[in-house]
Amino acid sequence: MLTFVVRRLLGLVAVMFVLSILVFLIFFETPGVDPARLMAGRNPSPQTIANIRHEFGLDRPLPVRYALMMKRMFITRDLISYGSHTKVIPEILHATPVTLSLVFGAAIIWVVFSIALGLAAAVLRGTIWDPLLMVLALIGISMPVFWLGEIVNLFTQSRWHNSFLFSWVPPLGYTPLTQDPVTWFEGLVFPWLTLSVLYVGFYARVLRANLIETENEDYVRTARAKGISERRVLVKHNLRTSMITFVSLFGLDFGILVAGGALLTEVVFGLPGVGLLTYNSLTSLDLPVIMATVIYGAFFITLASALVDLLYAWLDPRVRPT
Amino acid sequence: MSSNNGGPLLQAEHVIKYFPIKRGILIQREVARVHAVDDVSLEVRRGETLGLVGESGCGKSTLGRCFVRLLPLTDGRLVFDGHDISKLSASDMRPLRRELQIIFQDPYASLNPRKRVGQIVGAPLAIHDIGDRKERKRQVQELLEKVGLSPEHYNRYPHEFSGGQRQRIGVARALALRPKLVIADEPVSALDVSIQAQVINLLADLQEDFELTYVFIAHDLGVVRHVSDRIAVMYLGKIVELSPAEELYERPIMPYTEALLSAVPIPDPRESAARERIVLEGDVPSPINPPSGCRFHPRCRYATEICTQLEPPLVDYGNGHLAACHHPLNVDKETLARATVDERRTPAEADGGAKPTQPAQRAS
Amino acid sequence: MAEPLLEVRDLKVSFRTEDGIVHAVDGISFTVAEGEVVGIVGESGSGKSVTMMSVMRLITDPNVIYQGEILYKGRDLMALSRDAMRKVRGEEISMIFQDPMTSLNPVYTVGWQIEEQLKEHYELTKGQARRRATELLAQVGIPRPEQRIDDYPHQFSGGMRQRVMIALALSCNPDLLIADEPTTALDVTIQAQILELIKNLKRDFGSAVTLITHDLGVVADIADRILVMYAGRIVEEGSKEQIFYDPQHPYTWGLLGSIARLDRPKARRLTAIAGQPPSLINRPQGCSFRPRCPQAFDRCRVEDPHLTSKVGEGHLDACHLSVEDKRTRRDATINPELAETA
Repeated sequence: MLTFVVRRLLGLVAVMFVLSILVFLIFFETPGVDPARLMAGRNPSPQTIANIRHEFGLDRPLPVRYALMMKRMFITRDLISYGSHTKVIPEILHATPVTLSLVFGAAIIWVVFSIALGLAAAVLRGTIWDPLLMVLALIGISMPVFWLGEIVNLFTQSRWHNSFLFSWVPPLGYTPLTQDPVTWFEGLVFPWLTLSVLYVGFYARVLRANLIETENEDYVRTARAKGISERRVLVKHNLRTSMITFVSLFGLDFGILVAGGALLTEVVFGLPGVGLLTYNSLTSLDLPVIMATVIYGAFFITLASALVDLLYAWLDPRVRPT
Repeated sequence: MSSNNGGPLLQAEHVIKYFPIKRGILIQREVARVHAVDDVSLEVRRGETLGLVGESGCGKSTLGRCFVRLLPLTDGRLVFDGHDISKLSASDMRPLRRELQIIFQDPYASLNPRKRVGQIVGAPLAIHDIGDRKERKRQVQELLEKVGLSPEHYNRYPHEFSGGQRQRIGVARALALRPKLVIADEPVSALDVSIQAQVINLLADLQEDFELTYVFIAHDLGVVRHVSDRIAVMYLGKIVELSPAEELYERPIMPYTEALLSAVPIPDPRESAARERIVLEGDVPSPINPPSGCRFHPRCRYATEICTQLEPPLVDYGNGHLAACHHPLNVDKETLARATVDERRTPAEADGGAKPTQPAQRAS
Repeated sequence: MAEPLLEVRDLKVSFRTEDGIVHAVDGISFTVAEGEVVGIVGESGSGKSVTMMSVMRLITDPNVIYQGEILYKGRDLMALSRDAMRKVRGEEISMIFQDPMTSLNPVYTVGWQIEEQLKEHYELTKGQARRRATELLAQVGIPRPEQRIDDYPHQFSGGMRQRVMIALALSCNPDLLIADEPTTALDVTIQAQILELIKNLKRDFGSAVTLITHDLGVVADIADRILVMYAGRIVEEGSKEQIFYDPQHPYTWGLLGSIARLDRPKARRLTAIAGQPPSLINRPQGCSFRPRCPQAFDRCRVEDPHLTSKVGEGHLDACHLSVEDKRTRRDATINPELAETA
């Protein structure tokens, strides 16, 4: 167990290190990009550019520049964004709760609904409901989230905004939980639902397929032979083993979303989360922010992957190291 | 290609195969090993069928795979038809693979479900560039008939066949290149007893037609009796008895063999009831930490102090019958006196001087 | 005459499939008395498993069609409600399956799985259930049961897992234990252990046993009576002595001849039964064994033989040959070396 944790921690550090070097080389060393010029603002004089270059150590050799940036990011934590001229780390920390609110809420919804849908489809196999539910799931997977989001906004923000249905929906944007819980909630309802539609469809299908496969396993037959109720067989035997795949996939998807993968949803609903931050930094080539968000993302995805492995071992005793 | 006519077709000398168990954080270190095959010396004579028998985990399948070099040897020497194949690379091994084939145990898992029968049986011919397409098809259909299937089965998929028929397909594939030696790894264990008989008969018939030499691996002494000329009994990676077939059934020397014989069901209620059943306790111990001395001692009812300390050497009791036991069964004093330690085949770890002096005494 | 524990009357089980209706079980009747061991022997596809799975009503295929009655202690199991049948399963009739590697749920400990069954049928506290489970593991010969009760199935060997299955099956003291090819997936030495275990436990628990197998050798020791099934029907039925010492049906001879025997001199050739079991979709006219029967004659092609008793009390067979004919031909088939045939 300990070796597992240590190995994963080392892996985490290694991945972040390699990624940071890659990002650094790609963005900072791309010919034609002059960070000093970008930072200098409009019509800078050559002197200004030279000053900035010196101040930020951009005239030093490559490894030194890399080391300086890393120091700024982790140790002194005063890495400055080229665009907003504010500190990067606080900017990310500010955006994180937005993303986390969005992703956690959506995750709860999608897990509950996909289990319900997947179970229903598997239990109702042979009737008309199974294919109907699966078509519904397929529709969910097929609708692009940005399109769905815009349609939702169309109705909730403009067309039917004044009707009793959607009058409570606040304007696009985010209200922190600590500031006003009610508005926080109201503002997130539709982003949650929109984001989860895709995942409900996908996970319902995965779960249904797993349930059907597990149904034929010998141990399910043994469970029935013991005389236990069909419901117990379904939940304790069939579902329990089917959840192993479900949980592994979930862990990875969740990690990706936390890392900024909910970008499209954030853009459509105007939520200033990490995804939006990453997107903006990429379009304006705000290199320190790019670097910071990539590291942040790598951290969460690697962490999610390690947690998923741990979870898998907890769920399936066969893979535990003896 | 040279061959040593008259010499054994396959000679194994002190073959060792260990599987490492690794642990570690950054660098994986070997912490233990599975002693799958632990110093086995055997030869397989031309035209014979050598039965290789033992429980699950005794290393017989591993040994079979070492024979066809599906696995690299950890140590030891393997000579096939005069060629030393112990350390050959994959490309050097390839031409020899035409002569060395293997039939697997599970007819449901050993055939690629996405390929047609014709492709499966014809693949070896294609790989070794034999004939053109037409010629290969003709040969495959001939083979299918030889194994009791019909040439029309050429275009069918494995799932359309029963277990016994699938095993026949496996046999046809193994024979496609007209090999000299065929390792049959538990070829009938997964089949119904009535189909087992069909496949065993088939293998016996084909041996004559194709001039084959077999190593027949099984866990059931009943099944090998019919096909074997000589039988080797393995336990936890070691050969514990080697004998001409009939003699093994009449006079087993090693208590483990006696127990194996006793486990074979006899379809005769009175005989079965009258026979003394020796039911071995427990499972085969782990090959990671084999018992000291004679590996069978924890389960042996004749075991004494010496059995826990010294590994018995393989002793020749005459007539090609060898056994490794400190308290041999079915051996009288004169035979014991005449018996000699078989230096060549005895494992290095065994005590060559520990020739048994007394036949077995049943512990009360 | 005491009422039999289990009485199957003219059971027919068919499955609707794309290729037609598969008649897996085509009208069989038999009884199992209290404490009796009945061996059901036949090749794969003979219908032996489907018969006993029907007794347990474990067939989940929605395309199954049943006909006939299965009386257990006088009640027709086919007519019971789902809940009533659940009570029977595990408590009065229990079953062990062929492959111990896959028959236990891999994510729960063996203790949990045994306790699940105990708690389903009895009112027990956690402590009581655990104690009983430990006892059961000890009874089936698992060493250090107090520790191994918390182990997972994959931590046991095949033979040990089958013992756990047996512990599970016997946990509620059933009157009938159905063993569906319990040793087919095991080594011959472990098979001997498991059969010995079943024999002893049957004695201790007093349950009747139906042992399903494709190997007649396996039941020579343990069975009281034997049913030989072929293509969904019983072709021969009798006591152990009758079947082994005076078998009447050529299929039984074929099964006996297929076994490599250690108690006889080595045969030149094993008497294998040629060919494959027939398709269960379209029953040909006449005897279903005829295509593979070396003794077949004209009558076999036209007339379907009925299971009748020709030689002795309780010994039935479905073959047109006369009794004398059978005895002469039999020795030639099973023991060609012993019989002086041309």
